[in-house]
Amino acid sequence: MSEKVEFELVSPERLLVSEAVEMVVVPGAEGDFGVLAGHAATVSSIRPGVLAVFENGNVTSRVFLSGGFAEVTPERCTVLADDAAALEDMNRAEIEKSIADLRDDVNAARDDAEKNAAEKALAIAEAKIAALDSSMY
Amino acid sequence: MPTLKDLKTRITSVKSTRKITLAMKMVAAAKLRRAQEQAEAARPYAERMDRMLGSLAAAAAGRPGAPAMLAGTGKDDVHLLIVATADRGLCGGFNTSIVRASRAHIRALRDQGKTVKILCVGKKGNDQLRREYRNSIIDVVNDIGKPSLTFADAGDVADKITRMYDAGEFDICTIVYNRFQSAMTQVVTQQQLIPFAPPEAKEGEEAAGADRLYEYEPEESEILDALLPRNISVQVYRALLENAASEQGARMTAMDSATRNAGDMIDSLSIQYNRARQAAITKELIEIISGAEAL
Repeated sequence: MSEKVEFELVSPERLLVSEAVEMVVVPGAEGDFGVLAGHAATVSSIRPGVLAVFENGNVTSRVFLSGGFAEVTPERCTVLADDAAALEDMNRAEIEKSIADLRDDVNAARDDAEKNAAEKALAIAEAKIAALDSSMY
Repeated sequence: MPTLKDLKTRITSVKSTRKITLAMKMVAAAKLRRAQEQAEAARPYAERMDRMLGSLAAAAAGRPGAPAMLAGTGKDDVHLLIVATADRGLCGGFNTSIVRASRAHIRALRDQGKTVKILCVGKKGNDQLRREYRNSIIDVVNDIGKPSLTFADAGDVADKITRMYDAGEFDICTIVYNRFQSAMTQVVTQQQLIPFAPPEAKEGEEAAGADRLYEYEPEESEILDALLPRNISVQVYRALLENAASEQGARMTAMDSATRNAGDMIDSLSIQYNRARQAAITKELIEIISGAEAL
């Protein structure tokens, strides 16, 4: 397959990736979806999960996203990530520790807003562990 | 006529002032480079956000039930003004120009009988506005972005704004900051944050963006609800980054001219000092010679 899709991954701080790739699999809010060249125009929000870039049928890089939005057009796939980190850079022990801390935060939260914020952070941390454990790709 | 000793102390003191301003200039130059890089790195996200929101908003704006952040509250009685300044002074007209623009804006709004609330980001704006508008200042955010501005910092400010808007505390929100043009020039800019004003579509781009029909996952309204507060964070972040770069640019320019002025002053003081010294020597010589002649 010769046609490629222009893939861009941007976080608020900087442009992380901008290259033509064969396929990206984006963790959409309602399920993962793969984007090849010629994909229907879509706007989707992103759940905490792993974005995978494919080249020649193999995964070349895996990036953990904590949330954000994706805009897909037939030529382009733009991912606006809230926060992005390469999967291989993540430290399991650190995340497990932060999960324990966040659990305490959820229990210690004084009002709903605090509780919601802690629960959100907890969900992201748990998704990170799940991403590390998953054998997909 | 100042004595030799007076002149000498003045020269020393101006010299040490020059050392300080020179050091501040170099620090500002280094910080400016970093701030500029950061501002440039943040640009792609903001641009893409604009593009995405622009097409979404254009589609949703006309419809009933559009989110309040897009359509507004239908009134414009209460204005929230976010005055973004620096925490520190010694940067030329940087803070003053923002405050001056804010004052003019506040006065114009008050003349129309509107209520104005002020949110100060940065110490200096608060210091200068406090005397006149003490009762209007509802909140102050200090020491933002130390050591460097992160998106989370801007997110906190944006959260505050969003919460207040949801509670119906204001109808229209505007941010005042300095847009960075070059180290020499900063442009005071007022930007409306709420309700969302879609950026003017450029020629040619419009055809690509507006006609395209997107599929939405999940519902369009849900995405819009999530995207709009996000956009506030992005705009605040962008404004604060521009402001940080402008601050360093202004400081660099101000310190540069201060250094130069100090140099000029040292020169003229040195001439004065040398003349005074020469005059004293001549006077002594005359005294000696006339003393010798009298013998």
